Amino acid sequence: METRVRIENATKLFGKRGEITALRDVSLQVMPGQVFLVIGPSGSGKSTLLRSINRLETLTSGSIWIDKDEVTNPHGDIRQIREEVGMVFQSFNLFPHLTAVENILLAPATVKREPREQALPRARQLLERVGLSDKENAYPLQLSGGQQQRVAIARALAMNPKVMLFDEPTSALDPEMIKEVLDVMLDLARDGMTMLVVSHEMGFARAAADSVVFMDEGQIIEIGTPEQIFDAATEPRTQKFLKHIL
Amino acid sequence: MAAVDRTQHPQITVSDGALIPDRAEKTIFSAWRISFFGAIGLLILLPLLSPTPYWDILRFVPDGIISTFQVTVSSILIALVIGLFTGLGRISRITIINRIATIYVEVIRGIPLLVQLFYIYYALGQFVAVPRLSAAIIAMSVCYGAYMGEIFRAGILSVPKGQMEAALALGLSRGQAMRKVILPQTMRLILPPIGNEFIALLKDSSLVSILAVSDILRRGREYAATTFRYFEAYTVVALIYLVMTLFFSKLVSIMEERLEHGGN
Repeated sequence: METRVRIENATKLFGKRGEITALRDVSLQVMPGQVFLVIGPSGSGKSTLLRSINRLETLTSGSIWIDKDEVTNPHGDIRQIREEVGMVFQSFNLFPHLTAVENILLAPATVKREPREQALPRARQLLERVGLSDKENAYPLQLSGGQQQRVAIARALAMNPKVMLFDEPTSALDPEMIKEVLDVMLDLARDGMTMLVVSHEMGFARAAADSVVFMDEGQIIEIGTPEQIFDAATEPRTQKFLKHIL
Repeated sequence: MAAVDRTQHPQITVSDGALIPDRAEKTIFSAWRISFFGAIGLLILLPLLSPTPYWDILRFVPDGIISTFQVTVSSILIALVIGLFTGLGRISRITIINRIATIYVEVIRGIPLLVQLFYIYYALGQFVAVPRLSAAIIAMSVCYGAYMGEIFRAGILSVPKGQMEAALALGLSRGQAMRKVILPQTMRLILPPIGNEFIALLKDSSLVSILAVSDILRRGREYAATTFRYFEAYTVVALIYLVMTLFFSKLVSIMEERLEHGGN
């Protein structure tokens, strides 16, 4: 089977002279329908890795592929690739001047030029899927954090992505709202969505993740099933980190 | 709620000293009310008490209001367009565009408006004859375009970075993201400062009288020159400007309030 996401020797240097290494020689392969959880201390490069997959960050060297399209090709059509890669952010980033349903409709209408009568039923379906049918006309500021994040997931799904990227989707949420967002993500995973999730939600990992990736200082230190990593990590750095978050 | 709103929609303060009434001042004898109704009262009272020359002045001078507004409204509209492109240029990542926009702002802000007026009408007039009114409008809009550019720039930069990222991640182009996501959010932020610029421009438009554009000030001068009634003529001129600027200041302050409390 073809890989859905293929990362080869991804390296990203920051700073004027490239003195800060965000990613060093990272390689990773994700098959269609797989769910990967990426964990690691802050500054370990996990968000940079995720943001490189839809080129919100450009790599210094190495390459990333979504199916047969090379994301890192500077002459490629990045917008078309981005249509196929949904992203959910820590701070939701809903458009505050648009209602929930308009947030979902914006990309299909603008990018795919879908007629409204065709896009609207689908947008409503997506709202129903994330359990927010009654909030169709609410503005983001009228919604709780958990509700905003669920709208953000629906917005990303509206473009029918092949891959979903979640960058710390529950980190900005109050504890009582985390579950409602994770439930939507679990549902997506069960439906066979390919997902890369930067998060420390172990419950989600055990329930849905095929693999857990531990990163530190811009490198992948260890990859394994949730059980292997959480219960029997072999690398000392992984063990040390897990002790901190458990 | 108000505190939440403020963090979500940071205010930009760009002031040119326009007299914006303090909304906290709710008393009947607020500074704004005393000035505004005082000025209107004087404009009614003076012609009643001494019809000559005030009644004559009041019949002669207000013709200039048309020219004043012609210059002000045309200039602000053109300045808005120039300002939008200057603001976009100032945040452009293309070095040459960024540099051109920045140089424009620096140069214009460094030259007094009066000198710019002279320059476009008299200095450039040596090579191309520009009609007075057009010269006045060009000078005012080029000058205010630079200030407007800074307002647009501040407005665009005040929209959190995540908004552009979210739009790009959905597959929008930078231009689409700017039009559909960033600029609509910028509008509510920059409307009050644009209102202030409008008032400042209304006042500065009196400078065009030196190009013999027959605005309010020019009409007053013409009246005074033939009748030697300097005190009376300029008193009326000052009162007319005062009533207009105070009226628009109030409008801006009401607009500010609406934007702060209303809607999403």
